[in-house]
Amino acid sequence: MFKFISMRLLQSVVVMLVVGLIAFALFRFVGDPINNMVGQDTTLEEREALTESLGLNDPFLVQYGRFISNAVQGDFGMSYRLRQPVSGLIAERFPATLELSLISAVLALVLGVPMGIYTALKPKSLFSRSFMTISLMGVSLPTFLIGILLILFFGVTLRWLPTFGRGEVVDLGWWSTGFLTSSGLKSIILPAITLAVFQMTLIVRLVRAEMLEVLRTDYIKFAHARGLSPRLINFSIALRNTLVPVITIIGLQVGSIIAFAIITESVFQWPGMGLLFIQAVSEVDIPVMAAYLLLIAFVFVVINLIVDILYFVVDPRLRVQS
Amino acid sequence: MKIKSILAASACALALGAGSANAETFKWSFQGDVQSLDPHGLNETFTLGFLGNVYEGLTYYDKNLELQPGLAVSWENTGPTTWIFKLREGVKFHDGGDFNADDVIFSWKRTLTAGSDMKGYGSRMKDIKKIDDYTIEVETPAPNPILPRELVFYYMMDKEWSEKHGSVEATSPKAADSTATYAAQNANGTGPFILTERQPDVRSTFKRFDGYWKDIPTNVTEVNFTPISQGATRVAALISGELDLVYPVPVQDWNRLEEAEGVSPLTGPEARTIFLGMDQWRDELLYSNIKGKNPLKDKRVRAAMAHAIDLNAIDKKIMRGAAVPSGLLIAPQINGHDADFNKPYAYDPEKSKALLTEAGYPEGFELGMDCPNNRYVNDEKICQAVVGLLARVGIKVDLNAQPKSKYFAKVSPQNGNDTSFYLLGWTPSSMDVHNVLYNLMSSFDTEKNTGQFNYGRYSNPRIDEIASNVEKETDQAKRQKMVAEAFSILKEDVGYLPLHQQPLSWGVRDGVTLSQRADNVLDIRYVVIGK
Repeated sequence: MFKFISMRLLQSVVVMLVVGLIAFALFRFVGDPINNMVGQDTTLEEREALTESLGLNDPFLVQYGRFISNAVQGDFGMSYRLRQPVSGLIAERFPATLELSLISAVLALVLGVPMGIYTALKPKSLFSRSFMTISLMGVSLPTFLIGILLILFFGVTLRWLPTFGRGEVVDLGWWSTGFLTSSGLKSIILPAITLAVFQMTLIVRLVRAEMLEVLRTDYIKFAHARGLSPRLINFSIALRNTLVPVITIIGLQVGSIIAFAIITESVFQWPGMGLLFIQAVSEVDIPVMAAYLLLIAFVFVVINLIVDILYFVVDPRLRVQS
Repeated sequence: MKIKSILAASACALALGAGSANAETFKWSFQGDVQSLDPHGLNETFTLGFLGNVYEGLTYYDKNLELQPGLAVSWENTGPTTWIFKLREGVKFHDGGDFNADDVIFSWKRTLTAGSDMKGYGSRMKDIKKIDDYTIEVETPAPNPILPRELVFYYMMDKEWSEKHGSVEATSPKAADSTATYAAQNANGTGPFILTERQPDVRSTFKRFDGYWKDIPTNVTEVNFTPISQGATRVAALISGELDLVYPVPVQDWNRLEEAEGVSPLTGPEARTIFLGMDQWRDELLYSNIKGKNPLKDKRVRAAMAHAIDLNAIDKKIMRGAAVPSGLLIAPQINGHDADFNKPYAYDPEKSKALLTEAGYPEGFELGMDCPNNRYVNDEKICQAVVGLLARVGIKVDLNAQPKSKYFAKVSPQNGNDTSFYLLGWTPSSMDVHNVLYNLMSSFDTEKNTGQFNYGRYSNPRIDEIASNVEKETDQAKRQKMVAEAFSILKEDVGYLPLHQQPLSWGVRDGVTLSQRADNVLDIRYVVIGK
């Protein structure tokens, strides 16, 4: 087990290095950062001096090498756009993204799994049919549109909930939380729903499909023949076997919730890492883009590792093999 | 269309009466945040305008962009290159420090430090001598008739405060340690509002400075600023009543704001002129099917393009009638504007075709065009309209519209002005015509640093001569005569194709009165919150 985890961590370093390399190769095509960093009266000469001093004239491999060697020492550089250390900016934004992602993931799981089971067990009931119709809408509507519709309905028409931002936050050491104030709690509702809708519908459909599959297998029929209670069969035997593929997908989805909260965050002006990233892209803020991409690569590797470990817990066959 | 003018808004402010004792919080949003709170860190309109509520210069613009005495009470041109400024006595910085001549000299030296983006302004002065605590003598490298105007955005910092916090040098975009960036995250000016909290990109809050030296119309005691990048979210936040002012409002949302209860659009002409430029220096265009020669070097072809573009149609169809078609590269609000030359080239496609035939292109030709799509109001749509209009006379334009970071990287002189035909907008930062003569109309010259934004490298030696004379001429009448000559030459040469002044587009909650400055700056000194 120890060997397995350390191998995985080693692989993660390679993944991050490759992500960084690809990112730096692409930065040349994003545009010119200098024009956003100086005013229109700044002379050509000063612009060129700034380009040179930021090392932007160097070949991308040199820029990449410099970034990596600084990053290893914990220095991710200064944001071009906000003129602050990138590590501080990301640390400041990380709690906002993580709180939003957690709430959405919990929302998606708590609603999605039971709905999936229900639709599998009672496929013909009216509820199941309406769940499936709604989930079809959830899968097909773009996140951006869902967010804007929620803002229009709950924010502008009913005026129940705030349309943007994170509300008041409370600082607990280095972590800032919106869970302790009423405006913070109100603010998270709409973005969390927006972010959760797609994941939830995906989970409903996945759980339903897997569950239907498992219910058709011989050991379930045998369990019925033995006279076990349907409750025991459905929840202890069938559900457990359903969960293996579901966990993989959900694990990857948690990663993508964190990584792709970008759209939700920019619709709601949610001050998280995704918003930081999208603004960095539009202003060609290379240090922020580079650090964010590496961090996301790391998050994905860690989540995959957790998923692998969860397999051991859920599936006894794997334990026997190892 | 309901369009409120600046005048109506300010008249309303007077009628309501100013200065109530209650706490009034003013909440507003812009599409982005300032990069830095350092007043010498970035020479850009929004940043300097935003900081103008906290920091002040020796002079300032009032709501009509008229020059007024600020931290200087009076000034006088004592010799061709010397000025005496009398400073205002009794002015305090937010931390309680006194404002005096030492602070002026300190701030000037600070604008010349490596990280400063205000070196252009700083170098307009050769020396500042302290005569007494409230009198200074400024020496300029050459006669400079518009020096007081150029001092508006050159903000005063407290020498003692800056020394205490290790911020004697302007914070450069690449400063690596946090002590060097103290002034980028904190502020201590003489202005009417004190920074109380700042989280970049998230929130900046201000409270009224009780010790402010001047009586101002506003009754705002607290200011809450939140940048919101998405236009739709910004507008929704205004309509839902969470904000008092948002800008910019997308042009297509004006109707929505008019229909919604409790909010209105506030529009007016901006001092920014949108225009088209053409490659007039290469012997062969980079993006065209004509090989071996450059059709845009032929004045008849440029004139044909000028007469083919229907400015009124662009205004009506794309700008909802809120733009002001223009024949000049500067707006009426700019010092040196001359209404005689502001009549656009007449829309006359028949004449265009005749001119093209005369120039030897009866079938027209193909031309590549560069356009930003997130820099100016409806920039990409304007370009699409230009493509359609030029197609009618036979010029087939291939449009390349891209985000501003990519657009400027392509067309800027650092990249060798890689364009044949482009759209650009310009507001002279000094609000004076010389800036346009210098940056857009003069020949491109890296030595003299002229024509830096003359991406098509239009060149006429007589205009170059006028530009350098205008810079030194202190007699206003003579100066204006020279400016008029330059305008007439540019018009005759068809050096540029001016389109319009773009509209300002703000959204305001009913009951809030404010003045909308033509340079798109919000001055909270004029904001009055009614019931």
